[in-house]
Amino acid sequence: MPWSREDMAARAAKEMEDGFYVNLGIGIPTLVANYIAPDMKVVLQSENGMLGMGPFPFPGEEDPDLINAGKQTITALATTSYFSSADSFAMIRGGHINLSVLGAMEVSENGDLANWMVPGKMVKGMGGAMDLVAGVRRVVVIMEHTAKDGTSKFRPKCELPLTGANVVDMLITDLAVFTRESRAGQFKLIELAPGVTAADVRKKTTAAYRQ
Amino acid sequence: MSEKHSSKIYPDAKSALRDVLKDGMTVMSGGFGACGVPENLIAAVHALGVRGLTVVSNNAGLDGFGLGVLLKTHQIAKMISSYVGENKEFERQYLAGELELEFNPQGTLAERIRAGGAGIYAFYTRTGAGTLVAEGKEQRVVNGETYILETGLVADVALVKAWRGDTEGNLVYRKTARNFNPPMATAGRVTIAEVEELVEPGVLDPDGIHTPGIYVQRIIQGTNYSRLIEKLTVRSREEGAHAVVA
Repeated sequence: MPWSREDMAARAAKEMEDGFYVNLGIGIPTLVANYIAPDMKVVLQSENGMLGMGPFPFPGEEDPDLINAGKQTITALATTSYFSSADSFAMIRGGHINLSVLGAMEVSENGDLANWMVPGKMVKGMGGAMDLVAGVRRVVVIMEHTAKDGTSKFRPKCELPLTGANVVDMLITDLAVFTRESRAGQFKLIELAPGVTAADVRKKTTAAYRQ
Repeated sequence: MSEKHSSKIYPDAKSALRDVLKDGMTVMSGGFGACGVPENLIAAVHALGVRGLTVVSNNAGLDGFGLGVLLKTHQIAKMISSYVGENKEFERQYLAGELELEFNPQGTLAERIRAGGAGIYAFYTRTGAGTLVAEGKEQRVVNGETYILETGLVADVALVKAWRGDTEGNLVYRKTARNFNPPMATAGRVTIAEVEELVEPGVLDPDGIHTPGIYVQRIIQGTNYSRLIEKLTVRSREEGAHAVVA
């Protein structure tokens, strides 16, 4: 049985280490926060200018001046700090964030990521995604393994315009987990969703990888 | 509040903008989503009716809120933004070819503004290397990493919103309403700040000033803030301390 969105988020949460500063993208990556081990100190960065993101507010306690990068109302923690967008991205681009979890439309076998634009459709913009993949030390991507028509989204080459070239370190799909030691290396299949075989994954993947 | 000849204080947004704003100008506007948006100043730009503006802002407002107001009246010719997904009128004008759009990665946008305000003509960054953003830009490979050259951005007028400000133009922002406002304040040839609370000298702690008054030429007391929330998300009291954040 393939992994659900929650399963994929929970798997990504296992990549957290104590003391990490982490930026979570919008969508499934945001769910990752719910699966971080409670005994682990992980500080969440929100690129609109906050370190130490807390949970959603109780009803009636929401503050219009306190939102995350997905524009959702959130709360602060006792250790929260606020800063400008310029400081926020200096933090991101300067390599101070340990890990980022992002969604994707396509990932290529050499680690290129496409997640911001489909030619011919209205483009909403890349937001902070290009900065995150260029500056964060380790990039974990969560995406469905195949498109609705069954074509592999983990491919020899991205067809869609790139967010970054050679930037993905780990790929978590609903079928499997792929990782690589360095950005010079090839991806290796390291885990399978329950009931999914390595042969199933091979059949549904056009990218080259080791297993 | 006393108003001497050299005062930075203006009675309202319209009087602060009237003699500086012209057709075709480049205008920076602070804010992220609906948070930290100079609502009073944008309303005055609308009322003054200037056209053909290039607007630098992370987002393009919502329908009927923030820059969405200026889009509706076709006062904006070009937007420089990182994400514009929340505005139907924007989408319509862009697809109809009525509006020019330049996407910048959010960090590149913030750093271009910061650099512009700091007198730095251009800088090399890894962000966007190997993507459409790099097209037509000078590239340099250093220690095996590809960097692209991005230029600093300045504006004829920068519109910023702060929580508190004093007569000198010193500004303090509140929580995540800070966002693009501080770098934009540095990058305007004329920077106009609107504040929720205009205070007398000595009220703000000098150690806690976010934008020093040198960057602010004019300041107004804002009114009627909408306190708009784009995506209200809450947790139930039963979930308590271990509540989800998504």
